[in-house]
Amino acid sequence: MSSQDIPEENLPAEQDAHGAVSVADDKDPFADPGLPPHEHRIQDIDERAAKRSERVVAMLFTVSMLATVGFIASYVGIPHDKAIYVFPIGHINALNFALGLTLGVALFTIGAGAVHWARTLMSDVEIADERHPIEASPEVKAKVMADFKQGAKESALGRRKLIRNTMFGALALFPLSGVMLLRDLGPLPGTKLRHTLWSKGKLLVNMNTNEPLRPSDVAVGSLTFVKPEGLEEKDEDFQTQIAKAALMIVRLQPENIKDKRELDWSYEGIVAFSKICTHVGCPISLYEQQTHHVLCPCHQSTFDLSDGARVIFGPAGHALPQLRIGVNDEGYLEALGDFEEPVGPAFWERG
Amino acid sequence: MSTNENTAPRRGKAPAGERVADWADGRLGIYSLAKTNMRKIFPDHWSFMLGEVCMYSFIILILTGVYLTLFFHPSMNEVEYHGSYIPLQGQMMSEAFNSTLHISFDVRGGLLIRQIHHWAALIFLAGMFVHMMRVFFTGAFRKPREVNWIFGFLLFVLGMFTGFTGYSLPDDLLSGTGVRFMEGAILSVPIVGTYLSFFLFGGEFPGGDFVARFYSVHILLLPGIMLGLMVGHLILVFYHKHTQFAGPGKTNNNVVGMPLLPVYMAKAGGFFFLVFGVITAIAAIASINPIWSMGPYRPDQVSTGAQPDWYMGFSEGLIRAMPGWEINLWGHTLVLGVFIPLVIFPLVLVAIAVYPFIESWVTGDKREHHILDRPRNAPTRTAFGAAWISWYFVLMIAGGNDLWATHFHLSINAITWFVRVAFFVVPVLTFIATKRICLGLQRRDKDKVLHGRESGIIKRLPHGEFIEVHEPLSQEALHTLTAHEQYKPVEIGPTVDENGVERKVKGSEKLRAKLSEAYYGDESQIPKPTVEEYKEITSGHGHH
Repeated sequence: MSSQDIPEENLPAEQDAHGAVSVADDKDPFADPGLPPHEHRIQDIDERAAKRSERVVAMLFTVSMLATVGFIASYVGIPHDKAIYVFPIGHINALNFALGLTLGVALFTIGAGAVHWARTLMSDVEIADERHPIEASPEVKAKVMADFKQGAKESALGRRKLIRNTMFGALALFPLSGVMLLRDLGPLPGTKLRHTLWSKGKLLVNMNTNEPLRPSDVAVGSLTFVKPEGLEEKDEDFQTQIAKAALMIVRLQPENIKDKRELDWSYEGIVAFSKICTHVGCPISLYEQQTHHVLCPCHQSTFDLSDGARVIFGPAGHALPQLRIGVNDEGYLEALGDFEEPVGPAFWERG
Repeated sequence: MSTNENTAPRRGKAPAGERVADWADGRLGIYSLAKTNMRKIFPDHWSFMLGEVCMYSFIILILTGVYLTLFFHPSMNEVEYHGSYIPLQGQMMSEAFNSTLHISFDVRGGLLIRQIHHWAALIFLAGMFVHMMRVFFTGAFRKPREVNWIFGFLLFVLGMFTGFTGYSLPDDLLSGTGVRFMEGAILSVPIVGTYLSFFLFGGEFPGGDFVARFYSVHILLLPGIMLGLMVGHLILVFYHKHTQFAGPGKTNNNVVGMPLLPVYMAKAGGFFFLVFGVITAIAAIASINPIWSMGPYRPDQVSTGAQPDWYMGFSEGLIRAMPGWEINLWGHTLVLGVFIPLVIFPLVLVAIAVYPFIESWVTGDKREHHILDRPRNAPTRTAFGAAWISWYFVLMIAGGNDLWATHFHLSINAITWFVRVAFFVVPVLTFIATKRICLGLQRRDKDKVLHGRESGIIKRLPHGEFIEVHEPLSQEALHTLTAHEQYKPVEIGPTVDENGVERKVKGSEKLRAKLSEAYYGDESQIPKPTVEEYKEITSGHGHH
């Protein structure tokens, strides 16, 4: 509601237009005594002090000039790959250090000189300026209102409703073209988030050695990162594919696996889980071999790999998807299909 | 007077500078502009330089940013690295990362400019945060400055997103992880989440488009809007004139200080160089965002201790502290564990942005305010602001829960649970404590006015009693301590008129009366000393 209905006496009293009372009077000991008299600085009364200030300012400006010369000399003279030891920072790039300090000094001393000049030599007499109300006087407002009414009347916008309505319609519709133009920013999601490169028969390739894995390569307690056979770093869509297909495999003692489906989908205790966190998609990289927990270093979601990778702490909302694996005729680990559910963060269509 | 142009007074034969000014005046009207502005008065207070820090770091950002665009390639094409940084030789990386390495290692001074740019961004955001708090706690947002408050708020929010899109450009492992987090957050939006994500990234994450898209947002769209807002902000500061604290000779109708030419021009102009110089020196000695040690982004790799820049810390905290709620119904997933933080994220900011309008509705005060409040004299506002800051910092703690855990040897689970509770409890406690402190300070002010300043001198009276001598305050101090206004709570008034007809009281009216009582009731402010009280105490007998 508007505040017009607030009783006037509840608002604090308006301050006096020119509140300053120059003499303290007995009636009001709290009255404004007005601006205090100006106090002279030493530079105002002692010319030698003023001269000293002048020399300080000039010295600062001179230091700035020298620093700029130093900047140019550093730029030309210092090799860009030279490292130096500076206590207590350590080994740093010599050129960056020299350029930064000389430029920093060159700039800072200009500022320091200007401020010192202003503070010691320019007048520090305080001056009072009048303020004027921001809102217009009633006469000005009346004039504007009358002008507006006149203009509106001459446009006949209020009278010719057909023009008004069609104009609003046209103005409201044309931005739709702009919205349409945004359509080709990207393809529609379709079911892309449900599929990865994994499929039946794809070998599990060790990320580090780029070799297919045999069960004997995976020791109990180790964590191995794996990619699907055929995906190479130089592939054009490598980043997009690995963002979904990244896999981690660990070997547990089969009797330690608590979840029945996990056991069914494992091979001799080797289990394969998506490496992409189901919270917001960070790759999970911390593994506690004693507890079989993996932890996402971004937001600390913790999953129990011995129990279907269910969430035991943190903000993730569901377990890591498991990939069903087996061994092919030649004894290499292979996928027995794609993930059965989408990997990575949850989304509306995930279900 | 003739109006004939040929006989118009000639301004020739003046010194060269004056002739140039004459030329400009004839076309731009600069003399009328200078007449009102050249000796414009600027009050001197240290807190007014906070806004200047922001403005200057923004200028530094534009200068260094233009330089960086000369060398940066906003492309995600994968290339093999052959630059002068040996450890990454032969690695596959995007052109964006490659060119950032080039700027850092092969362009002389490139690293310096990169580091100035990044440091200036952190200082810009920190400056805006502190500046905003200064404006908030002193009540400088009140009429006529509400619009400028909103401009400033928008600058802060846009600054956050400009910072985020900026530090994502090098496509390094750390920032890429941040972008992935953003993608995960977008996916959580009900119904349209996947579509938004596909449109933003040009398909599946990471795709090959987002660096180029972030680039145009970072260097053109957002800074363009911000430049406009900043100019508007400054124009309004000029138009409204600065606020000032109460004091001798300072009223709501004047502004006391030094003139623009020469004092303020020298100080403010000099301050630009001070800020620039300090940021440059920081960039020389303190490494920031060493992307070469993090390596290029790979969606399947991550480092521990991943943190966003500080101004994104509270959003990181929201996502870390939230329990992982997910609802699966009718073949759809509602990812509350991510979507709720995504919704609270803007609400945290909006909470502080709308406060001025709530306060002006509660007070119903339509007058202009140019005299600043001391925070203690507006206890409810100060308590609200302090509670907001405590809320913000609780979220920052949550955002760095892993670092708190490793640095202080604490359990990450315990920290997370602490934050989940503190998110609700700490702001309330802060509100109560701050209000008590404000009231205590008000009592102390009142005591000082009525009984004078404690001088620290102990006097022994002839009969053996010890008393401490209190010195009466100067009139300047008396005025300063009693100049603030105190509102009375709004009352609803009689609901039955003299004829017995009942008036309907609207819900909003009742709410306002309640809020007003909470703001200005007996519990919420100490009545300031009156002249009568002062006279009674000072007029004679009692000396305490």
